[in-house]
Amino acid sequence: MSHRAALPEPDPRFAPVPADPSGTNGPISVSVEGLRVHRGKSTVLANITCNIPAGRITGLLGPSGSGKTTFMRALVGVQKISAGTVTVLGRPAGDPLNRNDVGYVTQEVSVYRDLSVLDNVRYFSAVHGGSRDEAQAVLAAVGLSDFAKRKAGSLSGGQFSRVSLACALVGKPKLLVMDEPTVGLDPVLRADLWQQFAALAAEGTTLVISSHVMEEAGHCDSLLLLREGLLLSQLTPAQLRENGQTDDLELAFLRLIQESMAAEERTA
Amino acid sequence: MNLGMMWATCTRVLRQLKGDPRSIGMILVVPAILLALVYWLYENETVAPGLPRTFDRVGLMMLGIFPFVVMFLVTSITMLRERTSGTLERLLTTPIHKADLLFGYALAFSIMAALQALVATGTAYWVFGMKIAGNAGWVVLISVLTAVLGVALGLLCSAFATTEFQAVQFMPVVVIPQILLCGLFVARDQMNAALEGLSNLLPLSYAVSGLQEVAAHPDPTRDLGGDLLVIAGFVVVVLVLASLTLRRQTR
Repeated sequence: MSHRAALPEPDPRFAPVPADPSGTNGPISVSVEGLRVHRGKSTVLANITCNIPAGRITGLLGPSGSGKTTFMRALVGVQKISAGTVTVLGRPAGDPLNRNDVGYVTQEVSVYRDLSVLDNVRYFSAVHGGSRDEAQAVLAAVGLSDFAKRKAGSLSGGQFSRVSLACALVGKPKLLVMDEPTVGLDPVLRADLWQQFAALAAEGTTLVISSHVMEEAGHCDSLLLLREGLLLSQLTPAQLRENGQTDDLELAFLRLIQESMAAEERTA
Repeated sequence: MNLGMMWATCTRVLRQLKGDPRSIGMILVVPAILLALVYWLYENETVAPGLPRTFDRVGLMMLGIFPFVVMFLVTSITMLRERTSGTLERLLTTPIHKADLLFGYALAFSIMAALQALVATGTAYWVFGMKIAGNAGWVVLISVLTAVLGVALGLLCSAFATTEFQAVQFMPVVVIPQILLCGLFVARDQMNAALEGLSNLLPLSYAVSGLQEVAAHPDPTRDLGGDLLVIAGFVVVVLVLASLTLRRQTR
């Protein structure tokens, strides 16, 4: 509780006070205070305040359109924000010094389809100032060594998205932000990826992973639940089950949403 | 600027091209073929003694114009792909500097442009017996410069297109007026004042003027140097403008 107690209370009109994140009261990697993002007249993120624990997997969950991608873009520093502060690894988000330490895997696979897998990873290694050997090691880590010479565009969906992951890993990021990395993958591959994410966290990498599939929440240490640009709650999967009085995370999340909607109606 | 990252970008772009032999073929061969067309167009003309063949005049200008057009198209489409595929946004979250990216691109396509200029100029000289007063080296240099100009304008224009369809439409907007006004059809000093003024603002005019200098004088002239400087200046300014269109932060 200690470091969280110092945070100012968020504006109650927008967001409920975040619950204790997860019992992971260790060092934090990202601190977000009063983050607001407007796009035109619409509010994409309304006053988000939270801390993201270092060396853990933080899941960013919510229905589509809830602001997950915008939140992640703000962490990486590519999103123009309207208000608030986002501190990543002790520096403002988007600080040039952070570019070596923050990896970003976008929702769309963003690699060069007309380059071989190895050439893709080598290029991203080069722009991080890495060596040529690193690329091979990273390919082995994501299980793509056998496909090194294949054109990225000729791979199957699952392999293709792992090329994107490899291109982010090659910079050895301290914070890895991934936008729905497991969407559309088969269950075996999903389980495989979550294992790799856990291994990365065990090595000390902070992971922020978005998903709209609630069953994946069980793999995370801490959960940020978003709805319509509001941070409903920050808690552990266990706390979510407890609050929702069910083992089904999806049902628990639904109940939480219904509760918050009811609360909104009462105040209105 | 980080030379390593610039070089990595350059080799990456060339590797992408390598995977696409048809495009390489188009870049290298098409200008030479178009030149052949121009040659056959004027094949049967009767030339008064002492005057240069029309091919020597028109073909020479083509050596400056084709590379410009081809590289403009190739670059604007390639850079647009980079913007729409998400790789650009991703790159801009990494330590790479915008200049490394743009100059890497410009360098890669300039290498292709130099090869293209060599093929086209070689064809003009050895196959079609082009005769001009100046040194062929200057012709190649001007060809390469106009190609780089095409690269720079392509990089810039890709920022204003959201689809490849739109990117191609920049051709009539950016390229064709320059071809019309560069002095190929009507000498620039015979245009009306407004058109001449406009042609003075367009970089391709200086390429054609430079080529005419090379054609008329055995030794490089002061005007040739001036033309080369103006084209180089355009390239730098356009590249700087292009770098302003690469935004690390968006809404």
